[in-house]
Amino acid sequence: MPDIIHFHRVSHRYEGSGDVLSDVTFTLAKGEMAFLTGPSGAGKSTLLKLVALLERPSRGQIVVNGQNLAGVRRGQIPAFRQQIGVVFQNFNLLYDRSVFDNVALPLVIRGIGHDDIGRRVRAALDAVGLLGKEKVSPITLSGGEQQRVGIARAIVAKPQLLLADEPTGNLDPEMAREVMQLFQRFNEVGVSVLVATHAVGLIKKLPYRVIHLERGQLTTRQSPELMEKTVDFG
Amino acid sequence: MTSASARAGAELRPNFLSRYLQAHVREVVFTLGRFYRNLSGALLTCFVIGITLALPAGLHCLVRNVDALGYSWETTLQASLFLKDSTTPEQGRELAHRIKGRPGVADTAYLSREQSLEEFKALSGLGQALDLLDSNPLPAVITVTPIKGIERTALDALVVALGQQPEVEVAKLDRRWLERLYGALALVERLVLVIAGVLSLAVIVIVGNTIRLDIEAKRAEIEVMKLIGATDAFIRRPFLYTGLWYGLVGGAIAWLLVQGMVLALNGPASSLAGLYGSAFRLQGLPLDATAVMFGAGVLLGWLGAWWTVSRRLQEIEPR
Ligand SMILES: Nc1ncnc2c1ncn2[C@@H]1O[C@H](COP(=O)(O)OP(=O)(O)OP(=O)(O)O)[C@@H](O)[C@H]1O
Ligand SMILES: [Mg+2]
Repeated sequence: MPDIIHFHRVSHRYEGSGDVLSDVTFTLAKGEMAFLTGPSGAGKSTLLKLVALLERPSRGQIVVNGQNLAGVRRGQIPAFRQQIGVVFQNFNLLYDRSVFDNVALPLVIRGIGHDDIGRRVRAALDAVGLLGKEKVSPITLSGGEQQRVGIARAIVAKPQLLLADEPTGNLDPEMAREVMQLFQRFNEVGVSVLVATHAVGLIKKLPYRVIHLERGQLTTRQSPELMEKTVDFG
Repeated sequence: MTSASARAGAELRPNFLSRYLQAHVREVVFTLGRFYRNLSGALLTCFVIGITLALPAGLHCLVRNVDALGYSWETTLQASLFLKDSTTPEQGRELAHRIKGRPGVADTAYLSREQSLEEFKALSGLGQALDLLDSNPLPAVITVTPIKGIERTALDALVVALGQQPEVEVAKLDRRWLERLYGALALVERLVLVIAGVLSLAVIVIVGNTIRLDIEAKRAEIEVMKLIGATDAFIRRPFLYTGLWYGLVGGAIAWLLVQGMVLALNGPASSLAGLYGSAFRLQGLPLDATAVMFGAGVLLGWLGAWWTVSRRLQEIEPR
Protein backbone atom coordinates (compact mmCIF):
# COMPACT_ATOMS: atom_id res chain seq x y z
CA MET A 1 0.00 0.00 0.00
CA PRO A 2 1.38 3.43 -0.86
CA ASP A 3 2.16 5.64 2.11
CA ILE A 4 1.19 9.26 2.46
CA ILE A 5 3.82 9.83 5.18
CA HIS A 6 6.98 7.82 5.59
CA PHE A 7 9.59 8.59 8.28
CA HIS A 8 12.81 6.61 8.13
CA ARG A 9 15.14 6.95 11.13
CA VAL A 10 14.39 10.62 11.52
CA SER A 11 16.09 12.65 14.23
CA HIS A 12 15.68 16.31 14.85
CA ARG A 13 17.25 18.86 17.10
CA TYR A 14 16.67 22.59 17.21
CA GLU A 15 19.59 24.95 17.38
CA GLY A 16 21.08 24.56 20.82
CA SER A 17 18.74 21.77 21.94
CA GLY A 18 19.28 18.06 22.36
CA ASP A 19 17.50 15.53 20.18
CA VAL A 20 13.80 16.43 20.19
CA LEU A 21 13.05 13.46 17.93
CA SER A 22 15.41 10.53 17.88
CA ASP A 23 15.43 7.75 15.34
CA VAL A 24 11.73 7.94 14.51
CA THR A 25 10.46 5.50 11.91
CA PHE A 26 6.79 5.19 11.05
CA THR A 27 4.35 5.35 8.15
CA LEU A 28 0.86 6.68 7.66
CA ALA A 29 -0.91 4.86 4.86
CA LYS A 30 -2.93 6.67 2.20
CA GLY A 31 -6.46 7.09 3.49
CA GLU A 32 -5.47 6.28 7.07
CA MET A 33 -6.32 8.30 10.13
CA ALA A 34 -4.11 8.26 13.23
CA PHE A 35 -3.58 10.15 16.46
CA LEU A 36 -0.24 11.43 17.66
CA THR A 37 -0.07 11.51 21.43
CA GLY A 38 2.50 11.99 24.15
CA PRO A 39 3.27 14.26 27.06
CA SER A 40 4.08 17.91 26.60
CA GLY A 41 7.50 18.35 25.02
CA ALA A 42 7.52 14.85 23.54
CA GLY A 43 7.95 16.26 20.03
CA LYS A 44 4.46 16.01 18.54
CA SER A 45 4.45 19.51 17.07
CA THR A 46 8.00 18.99 15.84
CA LEU A 47 6.97 15.88 13.96
CA LEU A 48 4.10 17.69 12.24
CA LYS A 49 6.41 20.59 11.37
CA LEU A 50 8.79 18.18 9.69
CA VAL A 51 5.93 16.79 7.58
CA ALA A 52 4.85 20.30 6.50
CA LEU A 53 8.48 21.34 5.81
CA LEU A 54 8.38 24.00 8.51
CA GLU A 55 11.56 22.35 9.75
CA ARG A 56 14.15 20.18 8.03
CA PRO A 57 15.21 17.01 9.85
CA SER A 58 18.71 16.84 11.27
CA ARG A 59 18.99 13.21 10.18
CA GLY A 60 16.92 10.61 8.38
CA GLN A 61 14.56 10.56 5.45
CA ILE A 62 11.00 11.82 5.11
CA VAL A 63 8.79 11.00 2.14
CA VAL A 64 5.41 12.69 1.87
CA ASN A 65 3.00 11.66 -0.87
CA GLY A 66 5.85 10.08 -2.82
CA GLN A 67 8.07 13.13 -2.53
CA ASN A 68 11.40 12.94 -0.73
CA LEU A 69 11.46 16.14 1.28
CA ALA A 70 15.23 16.41 1.09
CA GLY A 71 14.78 17.15 -2.60
CA VAL A 72 12.23 19.92 -2.16
CA ARG A 73 13.98 23.25 -2.66
CA ARG A 74 12.90 26.49 -1.04
CA GLY A 75 11.05 27.72 -4.12
CA GLN A 76 9.12 24.45 -4.34
CA ILE A 77 7.84 24.58 -0.77
CA PRO A 78 4.63 26.51 -1.57
CA ALA A 79 3.59 23.95 -4.18
CA PHE A 80 4.44 21.16 -1.72
CA ARG A 81 2.39 22.71 1.08
CA GLN A 82 -0.60 23.08 -1.20
CA GLN A 83 -0.99 19.31 -1.02
CA ILE A 84 -1.48 19.47 2.73
CA GLY A 85 -4.23 20.94 4.88
CA VAL A 86 -3.17 22.17 8.31
CA VAL A 87 -5.23 22.97 11.42
CA PHE A 88 -3.85 24.57 14.58
CA GLN A 89 -4.77 24.90 18.19
CA ASN A 90 -4.93 28.69 17.95
CA PHE A 91 -6.97 28.67 14.71
CA ASN A 92 -4.63 31.06 12.82
CA LEU A 93 -7.46 32.85 11.08
CA LEU A 94 -7.12 36.26 9.46
CA TYR A 95 -9.32 38.58 11.44
CA ASP A 96 -9.36 41.44 8.96
CA ARG A 97 -11.54 39.50 6.54
CA SER A 98 -14.75 37.55 6.51
CA VAL A 99 -15.21 33.84 7.17
CA PHE A 100 -15.79 33.37 3.45
CA ASP A 101 -12.52 35.09 2.52
CA ASN A 102 -10.62 33.05 5.11
CA VAL A 103 -11.88 29.79 3.73
CA ALA A 104 -11.38 30.97 0.14
CA LEU A 105 -7.68 31.73 0.67
CA PRO A 106 -6.27 28.32 -0.34
CA LEU A 107 -8.35 28.47 -3.54
CA VAL A 108 -7.29 32.02 -4.27
CA ILE A 109 -3.59 31.18 -4.01
CA ARG A 110 -4.18 28.35 -6.47
CA GLY A 111 -5.80 30.70 -8.96
CA ILE A 112 -9.15 28.91 -8.96
CA GLY A 113 -11.89 30.69 -10.91
CA HIS A 114 -14.22 33.06 -9.12
CA ASP A 115 -17.43 31.02 -9.54
CA ASP A 116 -15.71 27.82 -8.47
CA ILE A 117 -14.42 29.52 -5.34
CA GLY A 118 -17.93 30.51 -4.26
CA ARG A 119 -19.26 27.01 -4.83
CA ARG A 120 -16.43 25.21 -3.07
CA VAL A 121 -16.23 27.59 -0.11
CA ARG A 122 -19.93 27.12 0.52
CA ALA A 123 -19.54 23.34 0.26
CA ALA A 124 -16.70 23.43 2.81
CA LEU A 125 -18.62 25.69 5.19
CA ASP A 126 -21.62 23.42 4.81
CA ALA A 127 -19.44 20.45 5.74
CA VAL A 128 -18.43 22.11 9.03
CA GLY A 129 -21.94 23.42 9.68
CA LEU A 130 -21.20 27.12 9.25
CA LEU A 131 -23.04 27.89 6.03
CA GLY A 132 -24.93 30.81 7.56
CA LYS A 133 -21.79 32.54 8.83
CA GLU A 134 -19.88 33.19 5.63
CA LYS A 135 -20.20 36.99 5.73
CA VAL A 136 -19.30 37.57 9.38
CA SER A 137 -15.86 38.27 10.76
CA PRO A 138 -14.25 35.28 12.52
CA ILE A 139 -13.71 37.46 15.59
CA THR A 140 -17.44 37.27 16.35
CA LEU A 141 -17.43 33.45 16.42
CA SER A 142 -16.99 31.13 19.37
CA GLY A 143 -13.79 29.10 19.73
CA GLY A 144 -15.44 25.98 18.34
CA GLU A 145 -16.83 27.87 15.39
CA GLN A 146 -13.46 29.49 14.70
CA GLN A 147 -11.81 26.09 14.75
CA ARG A 148 -14.39 24.82 12.29
CA VAL A 149 -13.58 27.77 10.01
CA GLY A 150 -9.94 26.69 10.26
CA ILE A 151 -10.92 23.16 9.32
CA ALA A 152 -13.02 24.36 6.40
CA ARG A 153 -9.99 26.30 5.18
CA ALA A 154 -7.79 23.21 5.55
CA ILE A 155 -10.07 20.98 3.48
CA VAL A 156 -11.52 23.42 0.93
CA ALA A 157 -8.77 22.70 -1.59
CA LYS A 158 -9.27 18.96 -1.13
CA PRO A 159 -5.82 18.07 0.18
CA GLN A 160 -4.74 14.45 0.32
CA LEU A 161 -3.36 14.90 3.81
CA LEU A 162 -4.76 16.75 6.78
CA LEU A 163 -2.46 17.62 9.69
CA ALA A 164 -3.90 18.96 12.94
CA ASP A 165 -1.90 20.13 15.95
CA GLU A 166 -4.05 20.01 19.08
CA PRO A 167 -7.13 21.20 17.22
CA THR A 168 -9.28 20.77 20.32
CA GLY A 169 -6.86 22.28 22.82
CA ASN A 170 -8.86 25.45 23.22
CA LEU A 171 -12.32 23.90 23.05
CA ASP A 172 -14.73 22.59 25.63
CA PRO A 173 -15.38 18.79 25.58
CA GLU A 174 -18.60 19.04 23.58
CA MET A 175 -17.05 21.14 20.83
CA ALA A 176 -13.91 19.02 20.89
CA ARG A 177 -16.00 15.93 20.20
CA GLU A 178 -17.71 17.62 17.25
CA VAL A 179 -14.37 18.64 15.79
CA MET A 180 -13.01 15.10 16.08
CA GLN A 181 -16.14 13.82 14.34
CA LEU A 182 -15.44 16.22 11.49
CA PHE A 183 -11.97 14.72 11.03
CA GLN A 184 -13.52 11.25 11.00
CA ARG A 185 -15.94 12.30 8.28
CA PHE A 186 -13.17 13.69 6.09
CA ASN A 187 -11.22 10.50 6.63
CA GLU A 188 -14.24 8.47 5.54
CA VAL A 189 -14.19 10.21 2.14
CA GLY A 190 -10.53 9.37 1.63
CA VAL A 191 -8.43 12.08 3.26
CA SER A 192 -5.41 10.88 5.25
CA VAL A 193 -5.49 12.47 8.70
CA LEU A 194 -2.85 12.87 11.41
CA VAL A 195 -3.99 14.58 14.61
CA ALA A 196 -1.65 15.50 17.45
CA THR A 197 -3.63 15.71 20.66
CA HIS A 198 -3.60 15.67 24.44
CA ALA A 199 -7.24 14.69 24.59
CA VAL A 200 -6.69 11.06 25.45
CA GLY A 201 -10.14 10.69 26.97
CA LEU A 202 -11.68 11.86 23.75
CA ILE A 203 -9.89 9.45 21.42
CA LYS A 204 -9.63 6.29 23.45
CA LYS A 205 -12.97 4.96 22.21
CA LEU A 206 -12.19 5.78 18.59
CA PRO A 207 -11.01 2.97 16.32
CA TYR A 208 -7.82 4.63 15.08
CA ARG A 209 -4.18 3.90 15.45
CA VAL A 210 -2.34 5.88 18.10
CA ILE A 211 1.26 6.90 17.49
CA HIS A 212 2.72 7.63 20.88
CA LEU A 213 5.81 9.78 21.39
CA GLU A 214 7.79 9.78 24.58
CA ARG A 215 10.79 12.09 24.85
CA GLY A 216 11.22 12.01 21.11
CA GLN A 217 10.98 8.23 20.84
CA LEU A 218 8.21 6.33 19.20
CA THR A 219 5.87 3.70 20.62
CA THR A 220 3.02 2.79 18.32
CA ARG A 221 0.09 1.14 20.00
CA GLN A 222 -3.03 -0.16 18.39
CA SER A 223 -5.03 -0.30 21.60
CA PRO A 224 -6.08 2.94 23.22
CA GLU A 225 -6.53 1.20 26.57
CA LEU A 226 -2.86 0.24 26.67
CA MET A 227 -1.91 3.77 25.84
CA GLU A 228 -4.01 5.10 28.64
CA LYS A 229 -1.87 3.04 31.01
CA THR A 230 1.35 4.62 29.79
CA VAL A 231 -0.18 8.01 30.25
CA ASP A 232 -1.05 7.06 33.80
CA PHE A 233 2.50 5.96 34.39
CA GLY A 234 3.91 9.07 32.65
CA MET B 1 -18.12 17.60 2.69
CA THR B 2 -18.94 16.73 -0.86
CA SER B 3 -16.22 14.53 -2.26
CA ALA B 4 -12.70 14.83 -1.02
CA SER B 5 -12.01 11.50 -2.66
CA ALA B 6 -12.99 12.77 -6.08
CA ARG B 7 -10.26 15.37 -6.06
CA ALA B 8 -8.19 13.80 -8.80
CA GLY B 9 -7.28 16.42 -11.39
CA ALA B 10 -10.87 17.54 -11.89
CA GLU B 11 -10.01 21.07 -10.80
CA LEU B 12 -11.54 23.69 -13.01
CA ARG B 13 -8.65 26.02 -13.35
CA PRO B 14 -9.17 28.82 -15.85
CA ASN B 15 -6.37 29.34 -18.36
CA PHE B 16 -3.25 31.22 -17.38
CA LEU B 17 -4.24 34.62 -18.77
CA SER B 18 -7.65 34.81 -17.14
CA ARG B 19 -6.16 33.46 -13.90
CA TYR B 20 -3.56 36.18 -14.06
CA LEU B 21 -6.14 38.87 -14.79
CA GLN B 22 -8.46 37.65 -12.07
CA ALA B 23 -5.65 37.60 -9.51
CA HIS B 24 -4.65 41.16 -10.35
CA VAL B 25 -8.16 42.57 -10.48
CA ARG B 26 -8.78 40.98 -7.10
CA GLU B 27 -5.61 42.52 -5.72
CA VAL B 28 -6.46 45.96 -7.13
CA VAL B 29 -9.90 45.89 -5.50
CA PHE B 30 -8.50 44.47 -2.26
CA THR B 31 -5.61 46.95 -1.89
CA LEU B 32 -7.75 49.94 -2.89
CA GLY B 33 -10.28 48.90 -0.28
CA ARG B 34 -7.57 48.73 2.35
CA PHE B 35 -6.17 52.08 1.21
CA TYR B 36 -9.62 53.60 1.61
CA ARG B 37 -10.21 52.09 5.04
CA ASN B 38 -6.90 53.55 6.25
CA LEU B 39 -7.40 56.78 4.33
CA SER B 40 -5.88 59.33 6.71
CA GLY B 41 -2.72 57.33 7.33
CA ALA B 42 -2.32 56.48 3.67
CA LEU B 43 -2.90 60.05 2.57
CA LEU B 44 -0.24 61.26 4.98
CA THR B 45 2.32 59.04 3.28
CA CYS B 46 1.03 60.15 -0.12
CA PHE B 47 1.34 63.77 0.93
CA VAL B 48 4.98 63.35 1.88
CA ILE B 49 5.61 61.66 -1.46
CA GLY B 50 3.66 64.45 -3.18
CA ILE B 51 5.82 67.18 -1.67
CA THR B 52 8.95 65.23 -2.54
CA LEU B 53 7.87 64.89 -6.17
CA ALA B 54 6.53 68.45 -6.36
CA LEU B 55 9.88 70.03 -5.58
CA PRO B 56 11.74 68.92 -8.74
CA ALA B 57 8.54 69.10 -10.81
CA GLY B 58 7.86 72.67 -9.68
CA LEU B 59 11.43 73.74 -10.38
CA HIS B 60 11.27 72.13 -13.79
CA CYS B 61 8.02 73.96 -14.45
CA LEU B 62 9.63 77.31 -13.60
CA VAL B 63 12.65 76.56 -15.79
CA ARG B 64 10.39 75.74 -18.72
CA ASN B 65 8.51 79.01 -18.20
CA VAL B 66 11.66 81.14 -18.06
CA ASP B 67 12.92 79.31 -21.12
CA ALA B 68 9.69 80.10 -22.98
CA LEU B 69 9.98 83.71 -21.89
CA GLY B 70 13.56 83.97 -23.17
CA TYR B 71 12.53 82.40 -26.43
CA SER B 72 9.65 84.83 -26.87
CA TRP B 73 12.16 87.64 -26.54
CA GLU B 74 14.59 86.03 -28.90
CA THR B 75 12.21 86.18 -31.86
CA THR B 76 11.93 89.93 -31.40
CA LEU B 77 15.70 90.23 -31.73
CA GLN B 78 17.23 91.87 -34.73
CA ALA B 79 20.47 91.02 -36.45
CA SER B 80 22.80 93.89 -37.39
CA LEU B 81 24.95 93.60 -40.52
CA PHE B 82 27.84 96.05 -40.44
CA LEU B 83 28.87 96.78 -44.01
CA LYS B 84 32.37 97.32 -45.34
CA ASP B 85 33.30 100.96 -45.87
CA SER B 86 33.91 100.20 -49.56
CA THR B 87 30.21 99.49 -50.05
CA THR B 88 28.32 102.36 -51.68
CA PRO B 89 24.88 103.38 -50.36
CA GLU B 90 23.32 102.05 -53.58
CA GLN B 91 24.93 98.66 -53.11
CA GLY B 92 23.82 98.73 -49.49
CA ARG B 93 20.18 99.44 -50.34
CA GLU B 94 20.29 96.82 -53.05
CA LEU B 95 21.68 94.25 -50.56
CA ALA B 96 18.97 95.13 -47.98
CA HIS B 97 16.38 94.55 -50.66
CA ARG B 98 17.88 91.17 -51.61
CA ILE B 99 18.08 90.01 -48.01
CA LYS B 100 14.45 90.88 -47.45
CA GLY B 101 13.60 88.28 -50.08
CA ARG B 102 15.36 85.50 -48.16
CA PRO B 103 13.33 82.88 -46.29
CA GLY B 104 13.16 83.55 -42.58
CA VAL B 105 13.48 87.31 -43.00
CA ALA B 106 10.50 89.54 -42.22
CA ASP B 107 11.99 92.97 -42.83
CA THR B 108 15.25 94.86 -43.41
CA ALA B 109 16.24 98.48 -43.02
CA TYR B 110 19.31 100.17 -44.47
CA LEU B 111 21.12 102.86 -42.50
CA SER B 112 23.88 104.72 -44.38
CA ARG B 113 27.06 105.82 -42.62
CA GLU B 114 25.71 109.36 -42.34
CA GLN B 115 22.40 108.17 -40.92
CA SER B 116 24.28 106.01 -38.44
CA LEU B 117 26.21 109.02 -37.28
CA GLU B 118 23.07 111.15 -36.93
CA GLU B 119 21.38 108.45 -34.96
CA PHE B 120 24.37 107.96 -32.75
CA LYS B 121 24.58 111.72 -32.10
CA ALA B 122 20.94 111.79 -31.11
CA LEU B 123 21.03 108.69 -28.93
CA SER B 124 24.36 109.21 -27.26
CA GLY B 125 23.77 112.86 -26.43
CA LEU B 126 27.35 113.65 -27.45
CA GLY B 127 25.91 115.88 -30.19
CA GLN B 128 28.31 118.57 -31.37
CA ALA B 129 31.30 116.84 -29.83
CA LEU B 130 31.29 114.33 -32.63
CA ASP B 131 31.66 117.12 -35.20
CA LEU B 132 35.24 117.39 -34.01
CA LEU B 133 36.05 114.08 -35.71
CA ASP B 134 37.72 114.34 -39.11
CA SER B 135 35.95 111.36 -40.55
CA ASN B 136 32.85 109.34 -39.81
CA PRO B 137 33.96 106.26 -37.78
CA LEU B 138 30.62 104.48 -38.08
CA PRO B 139 29.81 101.82 -40.71
CA ALA B 140 26.61 101.51 -42.68
CA VAL B 141 24.20 99.03 -41.09
CA ILE B 142 21.43 96.77 -42.33
CA THR B 143 19.02 95.72 -39.55
CA VAL B 144 17.40 92.36 -40.27
CA THR B 145 14.18 91.36 -38.51
CA PRO B 146 13.59 87.62 -38.65
CA ILE B 147 10.09 86.24 -39.05
CA LYS B 148 8.19 85.52 -35.86
CA GLY B 149 8.58 82.10 -34.35
CA ILE B 150 11.72 81.20 -36.29
CA GLU B 151 13.63 78.24 -34.87
CA ARG B 152 16.68 79.05 -32.83
CA THR B 153 18.94 76.99 -35.10
CA ALA B 154 17.45 78.50 -38.26
CA LEU B 155 18.11 81.96 -36.86
CA ASP B 156 21.72 81.07 -36.12
CA ALA B 157 22.17 79.68 -39.62
CA LEU B 158 20.65 82.83 -41.12
CA VAL B 159 23.02 85.11 -39.25
CA VAL B 160 26.03 83.06 -40.33
CA ALA B 161 24.89 83.09 -43.96
CA LEU B 162 24.37 86.86 -43.90
CA GLY B 163 27.83 87.34 -42.39
CA GLN B 164 29.35 85.61 -45.43
CA GLN B 165 27.99 88.15 -47.91
CA PRO B 166 30.91 89.97 -49.62
CA GLU B 167 29.61 93.42 -48.65
CA VAL B 168 29.25 92.50 -44.98
CA GLU B 169 32.08 93.12 -42.57
CA VAL B 170 30.46 91.40 -39.62
CA ALA B 171 26.96 90.11 -38.72
CA LYS B 172 25.80 90.17 -35.14
CA LEU B 173 22.81 88.96 -33.26
CA ASP B 174 22.89 90.69 -29.94
CA ARG B 175 21.82 88.07 -27.58
CA ARG B 176 24.71 87.63 -25.29
CA TRP B 177 22.51 88.07 -22.22
CA LEU B 178 20.07 85.53 -23.60
CA GLU B 179 22.89 83.07 -23.97
CA ARG B 180 23.81 83.70 -20.37
CA LEU B 181 20.18 83.06 -19.44
CA TYR B 182 20.16 79.80 -21.35
CA GLY B 183 23.42 78.79 -19.73
CA ALA B 184 21.99 79.49 -16.31
CA LEU B 185 18.82 77.60 -17.20
CA ALA B 186 20.82 74.58 -18.37
CA LEU B 187 22.59 74.64 -15.04
CA VAL B 188 19.33 74.84 -13.12
CA GLU B 189 17.84 72.08 -15.28
CA ARG B 190 20.85 69.90 -14.41
CA LEU B 191 20.32 70.79 -10.78
CA VAL B 192 16.67 69.74 -11.09
CA LEU B 193 17.84 66.37 -12.39
CA VAL B 194 20.20 65.92 -9.45
CA ILE B 195 17.49 66.95 -6.97
CA ALA B 196 15.02 64.62 -8.68
CA GLY B 197 17.51 61.77 -8.41
CA VAL B 198 18.12 62.32 -4.71
CA LEU B 199 14.43 62.78 -3.96
CA SER B 200 13.61 59.63 -5.94
CA LEU B 201 15.67 57.74 -3.40
CA ALA B 202 13.73 59.56 -0.70
CA VAL B 203 10.43 58.37 -2.20
CA ILE B 204 11.73 54.79 -2.31
CA VAL B 205 12.73 55.06 1.34
CA ILE B 206 9.41 56.64 2.37
CA VAL B 207 7.36 53.96 0.64
CA GLY B 208 9.75 51.26 1.80
CA ASN B 209 9.40 52.33 5.40
CA THR B 210 5.61 52.54 5.24
CA ILE B 211 5.45 49.11 3.65
CA ARG B 212 7.89 47.77 6.26
CA LEU B 213 5.50 48.81 9.04
CA ASP B 214 2.66 47.32 7.03
CA ILE B 215 4.56 44.03 6.78
CA GLU B 216 5.32 44.00 10.49
CA ALA B 217 1.62 44.50 11.21
CA LYS B 218 0.78 41.61 8.89
CA ARG B 219 3.45 39.25 10.12
CA ALA B 220 0.94 36.71 11.45
CA GLU B 221 -1.04 36.91 8.23
CA ILE B 222 2.07 36.31 6.13
CA GLU B 223 2.96 33.28 8.24
CA VAL B 224 -0.51 31.83 7.70
CA MET B 225 -0.23 32.50 3.97
CA LYS B 226 3.10 30.71 3.76
CA LEU B 227 1.71 27.86 5.81
CA ILE B 228 -1.12 27.19 3.40
CA GLY B 229 1.24 27.27 0.44
CA ALA B 230 1.09 30.81 -0.87
CA THR B 231 4.02 31.65 -3.14
CA ASP B 232 6.25 34.63 -2.41
CA ALA B 233 4.89 36.31 -5.54
CA PHE B 234 1.36 35.97 -4.21
CA ILE B 235 2.26 37.37 -0.79
CA ARG B 236 4.27 40.18 -2.33
CA ARG B 237 1.53 41.33 -4.70
CA PRO B 238 -0.75 43.30 -2.34
CA PHE B 239 2.26 45.16 -0.95
CA LEU B 240 3.46 46.04 -4.44
CA TYR B 241 0.04 47.36 -5.35
CA THR B 242 -0.10 49.34 -2.12
CA GLY B 243 3.28 50.92 -2.98
CA LEU B 244 1.98 51.66 -6.44
CA TRP B 245 -1.10 53.45 -5.06
CA TYR B 246 1.09 55.49 -2.73
CA GLY B 247 3.18 56.59 -5.73
CA LEU B 248 0.17 57.28 -7.92
CA VAL B 249 -1.74 59.33 -5.34
CA GLY B 250 1.55 61.01 -4.35
CA GLY B 251 1.98 61.97 -8.02
CA ALA B 252 -1.54 63.41 -8.10
CA ILE B 253 -0.83 65.46 -4.97
CA ALA B 254 2.44 66.70 -6.50
CA TRP B 255 0.54 67.72 -9.63
CA LEU B 256 -2.00 69.65 -7.56
CA LEU B 257 0.82 71.36 -5.66
CA VAL B 258 2.60 72.44 -8.84
CA GLN B 259 -0.60 73.66 -10.50
CA GLY B 260 -1.43 75.52 -7.29
CA MET B 261 1.98 77.18 -7.36
CA VAL B 262 1.47 78.25 -10.99
CA LEU B 263 -1.96 79.61 -10.15
CA ALA B 264 -0.59 81.52 -7.19
CA LEU B 265 2.27 83.01 -9.22
CA ASN B 266 0.27 83.75 -12.34
CA GLY B 267 -1.29 86.99 -11.12
CA PRO B 268 1.97 88.70 -10.10
CA ALA B 269 3.81 87.23 -13.10
CA SER B 270 1.41 88.54 -15.71
CA SER B 271 1.21 92.00 -14.14
CA LEU B 272 5.01 92.06 -14.17
CA ALA B 273 5.00 90.96 -17.79
CA GLY B 274 2.40 93.64 -18.46
CA LEU B 275 4.85 96.29 -17.28
CA TYR B 276 7.20 95.16 -20.07
CA GLY B 277 4.37 95.19 -22.60
CA SER B 278 4.37 91.40 -22.81
CA ALA B 279 1.30 89.17 -22.81
CA PHE B 280 3.35 86.43 -21.15
CA ARG B 281 1.48 84.01 -18.89
CA LEU B 282 2.90 81.25 -16.71
CA GLN B 283 2.17 77.80 -18.09
CA GLY B 284 1.34 74.82 -15.89
CA LEU B 285 3.41 71.63 -15.86
CA PRO B 286 3.70 70.51 -19.50
CA LEU B 287 2.06 67.23 -20.48
CA ASP B 288 5.31 65.31 -20.97
CA ALA B 289 6.67 66.39 -17.59
CA THR B 290 3.32 65.49 -15.98
CA ALA B 291 3.52 62.03 -17.49
CA VAL B 292 7.11 61.63 -16.29
CA MET B 293 6.14 62.77 -12.79
CA PHE B 294 3.22 60.33 -12.52
CA GLY B 295 5.31 57.55 -14.05
CA ALA B 296 8.10 58.25 -11.59
CA GLY B 297 5.64 58.20 -8.69
CA VAL B 298 4.19 54.86 -9.70
CA LEU B 299 7.57 53.32 -10.48
CA LEU B 300 9.23 54.57 -7.30
CA GLY B 301 6.29 53.48 -5.13
CA TRP B 302 6.44 50.04 -6.68
CA LEU B 303 10.23 49.88 -6.35
CA GLY B 304 10.13 50.97 -2.71
CA ALA B 305 7.59 48.28 -1.93
CA TRP B 306 9.48 45.64 -3.89
CA TRP B 307 12.77 46.49 -2.24
CA THR B 308 11.29 46.17 1.23
CA VAL B 309 9.07 43.15 0.66
CA SER B 310 11.79 41.13 -1.02
CA ARG B 311 14.08 41.58 1.95
CA ARG B 312 11.47 41.09 4.66
CA LEU B 313 9.64 38.15 3.18
CA GLN B 314 12.68 35.91 3.53
CA GLU B 315 12.80 36.52 7.26
CA ILE B 316 9.18 35.67 7.97
CA GLU B 317 8.70 31.94 8.20
CA PRO B 318 5.84 30.12 9.90
CA ARG B 319 6.84 28.38 13.12
N1 LIG C 1 11.87 26.43 17.87
C1 LIG C 1 12.41 25.70 18.88
N2 LIG C 1 13.66 25.92 19.29
C2 LIG C 1 14.22 25.18 20.27
N3 LIG C 1 13.58 24.20 20.91
C3 LIG C 1 12.33 23.93 20.55
C4 LIG C 1 11.67 24.65 19.52
N4 LIG C 1 10.43 24.18 19.35
C5 LIG C 1 10.31 23.19 20.26
N5 LIG C 1 11.43 23.03 20.97
C6 LIG C 1 11.67 22.02 22.00
O1 LIG C 1 11.47 20.76 21.43
C7 LIG C 1 10.80 19.90 22.34
C8 LIG C 1 9.57 19.32 21.70
O2 LIG C 1 8.67 20.37 21.41
P1 LIG C 1 7.27 20.13 20.70
O3 LIG C 1 6.62 21.45 20.53
O4 LIG C 1 7.49 19.33 19.48
O5 LIG C 1 6.52 19.28 21.79
P2 LIG C 1 4.99 18.85 21.82
O6 LIG C 1 4.98 17.38 21.95
O7 LIG C 1 4.27 19.44 20.70
O8 LIG C 1 4.54 19.49 23.19
P3 LIG C 1 3.10 20.13 23.55
O9 LIG C 1 2.22 18.94 23.85
O10 LIG C 1 3.37 20.92 24.78
O11 LIG C 1 2.66 20.93 22.41
C9 LIG C 1 10.50 20.74 23.57
O12 LIG C 1 11.43 20.41 24.57
C10 LIG C 1 10.68 22.16 23.12
O13 LIG C 1 11.20 22.92 24.17
MG1 LIG D 1 2.78 20.90 20.47
